[in-house]
Amino acid sequence: MKKKILLDMEEIETNGAPETFLTVPTALPDPEPDSVMEELTPTSKTKLSTRKLNVFYGEKQALFDIDLDVPECSVTALIGPSGCGKSTFLRCLNRMNDTIEGCVVTGGVKIDDQDLYDRTLDVVELRARIGMVFQKPNPFPKSIYDNVAYGPRIHGLARDRTDLDEIVQTSLERAGLLREVEDRLDEPGTGLSGGQQQRLCIARAIAVSPEVILMDEPCSALDPIATAHIEELIDELREKYTIVIVTHNMQQAARVSQKTAFFHLGFLVECNSTEEIFTSPQDERTQGYITGRYG
Amino acid sequence: MTDRPPNGAGAIIAAEAAARRRRKRYSAERRFRRYGILSVFLALGALCLLIGSMTAKGWSAFFQTYIVLEIELPRVELAPGGRVDRAALHDANYVTYLRRALRAQVPDVQSRRDLRSLYRLLSGGAGLELQKRILSDTSLIGGKFRFAAVASDDVDQFVKGHITAGGGGKISARQAGWIKLLGAAGMVERRFNVGLFSNGDSREPELAGILGAIMGSLFTMAVTVLLSFPLGVAAAIYLQEFAPGNRWTDLVEVNINNLAAVPSIVFGLLGLAVFLSFFGMPRSAPLVGGIVLALMTLPTIIIAGRAALGAVPPSIREAAIGMGASPMQVVMHHVLPLAFPGILTGAIIGAARALGETAPLLLIGMVAFIVDIPRGISDPATVLPVQIYLWADSPERAFEERTAAATLVLLAFLIIMNLVAVIMRKKFERRW
Ligand SMILES: Nc1ncnc2c1ncn2[C@@H]1O[C@H](COP(=O)(O)OP(=O)(O)O)[C@@H](O)[C@H]1O
Ligand SMILES: [Mg+2]
Repeated sequence: MKKKILLDMEEIETNGAPETFLTVPTALPDPEPDSVMEELTPTSKTKLSTRKLNVFYGEKQALFDIDLDVPECSVTALIGPSGCGKSTFLRCLNRMNDTIEGCVVTGGVKIDDQDLYDRTLDVVELRARIGMVFQKPNPFPKSIYDNVAYGPRIHGLARDRTDLDEIVQTSLERAGLLREVEDRLDEPGTGLSGGQQQRLCIARAIAVSPEVILMDEPCSALDPIATAHIEELIDELREKYTIVIVTHNMQQAARVSQKTAFFHLGFLVECNSTEEIFTSPQDERTQGYITGRYG
Repeated sequence: MTDRPPNGAGAIIAAEAAARRRRKRYSAERRFRRYGILSVFLALGALCLLIGSMTAKGWSAFFQTYIVLEIELPRVELAPGGRVDRAALHDANYVTYLRRALRAQVPDVQSRRDLRSLYRLLSGGAGLELQKRILSDTSLIGGKFRFAAVASDDVDQFVKGHITAGGGGKISARQAGWIKLLGAAGMVERRFNVGLFSNGDSREPELAGILGAIMGSLFTMAVTVLLSFPLGVAAAIYLQEFAPGNRWTDLVEVNINNLAAVPSIVFGLLGLAVFLSFFGMPRSAPLVGGIVLALMTLPTIIIAGRAALGAVPPSIREAAIGMGASPMQVVMHHVLPLAFPGILTGAIIGAARALGETAPLLLIGMVAFIVDIPRGISDPATVLPVQIYLWADSPERAFEERTAAATLVLLAFLIIMNLVAVIMRKKFERRW
C-alpha cells in the first residue's frame, strides 16, 4: 500500500508540480478560498458552508478562520497531518463538538442557508439531517436489524413494522451489506467483520435519510479489500448524499473525492478540485504533504 | 546500527546470554503463577475454615430433642357437657396433661422436689405447643394421642453430649437416669428443629428461633434496596452523564467518596438523631433501619454505578449522539443497558454489606429482645446479625450452637445474594 502511494507521489512530482511550488508565496495567509471555489464548482449548489469558523478547546485554538464550501451531492475530502483539526472541523458540521466540555465554536456554519449554531435550532433534528460515520466501526451491541432500525425508531420515521422492515432492507441494500447479512439480521452487529461493521454503520447512518454524511477516516481501521468496498460505496452514495470525508490516505482522497481541502495546524491551507490539488498544488505546504514530506 | 562481525565466539556468548534471560523469564513466570495459586488457596482455606467451624459448632442446633408422650385428654375437663368451648380451651392448663403423661412413664417418683426436677425435663413452652395442637384439631379431645413435647435445653444438650450429668451441673444424676429410662422406652427423639425456623426469639434456648430476625432482615433489606438502588443509580447517572464538570460537582464527588468511608456507626447516630428524635419515627423498626442502611449503601452504589457508566466505551455514546439520540436517549438506550451488570454488582455488594451490618442498628434500637415476628416495616424487629450478637452474649450452652446456626443461615443468605449477582451479571452482560 505504502509503496504504491509513493509511486503515485513521484508521478505527481514529475507532472510539473515543482514549478507551481516555486511561484506560490510561502507566507502564512491562506490563498483566497472564495475565489478559488467559485471557479471550481460553478454548477453545483453549496450544501454546507463555514465562514470564519474558529474552534477552541479551552485556551487552545484548534481551528483558525476556516472558510469552506461543501458542494451538494459530491464528495469533499479533508486531508492534512494528524492533529491539524480535520476531525474538529468535521464535528463542527453536525455539532458533535457540543458534547465536548470546554469546546467553543465561533463563526458561521450554514446548511442550505440555515444557521447551524442558531439557538432555536434543535440539535437532535439536525443530527438526523447530517449523519456521521466514525473512524472505528462502532455498531451498537444490538442485532444488525436493531442497529439500522435505531435511527428511524427514535425519529419516528416508520409508521409500522413493515415500513421499518423496508427501511432496514433498503438501507442495508444501499450500504451493500444486504446480501451478506440477509439471513442473520437477528445476530449482533458486533459479530460482523470490521469492513462489514463499517458498512453497517453507514447503513445505520443512511437509514434516517440524511442530507449529508460525515465520515471521519472511515477506512483507517480496515483492510484493503474492505476499504475498496467502502470506497465503491461512497462513490455510489454521492448520487444522493453530500459527503464529507476525512482521510489520511491521499490515494483514497484522489479516488473518491471531487473536491479536496488541505488543513495544516488548524488553518485551511488550500481547497480546490481534487484534480488540481493532486496535480498542481498552489501552496508549498500542500505540495510537501502530498509528496510525503510530512504527515 | 552497528554491523556485528560474523564472530563465532561472540555469537555463542550472545546465545548463552539470551538462553539465560529466557530461563530467568520462565522461572519468574512459574514463580508468579505459584504465588497466585497459593494465595487463592489461602483465601479459600480461610473461607472453608470459617464455614467448617461454624458448621461443626452449629450443626447440632438444626436438631432438637423431643420427649414423645402419650397424652390423654379427658372430655369432662376440656369439654364439659360434650361441647367444645374455645374460650375454655384457651384458659385450660395444658402443662398438667404433659406432666401427668410424663409421670405415668416414671412411676417411682414421690417427693415434691423429685417431681419438680422430673417436670423440668420438659421445656416451659411445651404446654403452649400442646395448646396450639389441640386448638388446631379439637377432635383430639376425649382420646389418647402421641405428642412430641419439646425437651428443655439442658436435656437437649445432655442428649447431644454437650454437657455431662451430676456434679452440681444442669442435669442431676437422677434426671440423667430418667432420660435413660425414657430413651430405653423409645420416647426420646431427635428431630429436625422446626422451631429454629418458625419461632421468634425467646429466653428459652429450645424455643428460640430466627424467623423474627429473618423477617426483620427482609423488611430492612427491602427498605434499603428500594431506597438506595433507584436513588443511587439516578445520582450516578446524573453525576457521570449530565453534571457540568465544575467545582460543585467535584465537591459532591469528594463528599460521596468520603461518605463511603464513614464508619457505619456514624450512620446509626444520624438515624438516632434525625429519624427517631427529630422525626419521631418508631424505634426498633425496619423502616428506620432500612433508611439508615440505605444511606450507608448509597455511596457504594453511586461509586460502583459511576465506574460502570464510565466504563462504557465512548464510541457507543458517539454513535448514538451521531444518530441524533437526545442525551436522555443515549443514556437510556445505550449507556445504561451496557453499564447495568456493573451497577447491579455494586448494588448487590452494597446490599450484602448492609445485610451483615449491626453497629448502626444497635443505635436505633433494633437490638431489643423481640419475641413477636414482625409483620411490617413499622413493627419492632431485629435483624440476623443483631440476633447473632444477642445470642452470642447469652450464657446458656444451647445458645452457643444456635449462634453458629444463625451465622450459617446469614452466610447462606450472603452466598445466595452473591450468586444472584453473578447470574444477573452473566445474563445482562453483552459484548461490544
Ligand atoms: N477533546 C479535545 N480536547 C482538547 N483538545 C482537543 C480535543 N480534540 C482535539 N483536540 C486538539 O485539537 C487539535 C485538532 O485535533 P483533531 O481535530 O482531532 O485533529 P485530526 O483529526 O486532524 O487529527 C489537536 O491538536 C488536538 O490535540
Ligand atoms: Mg482525526
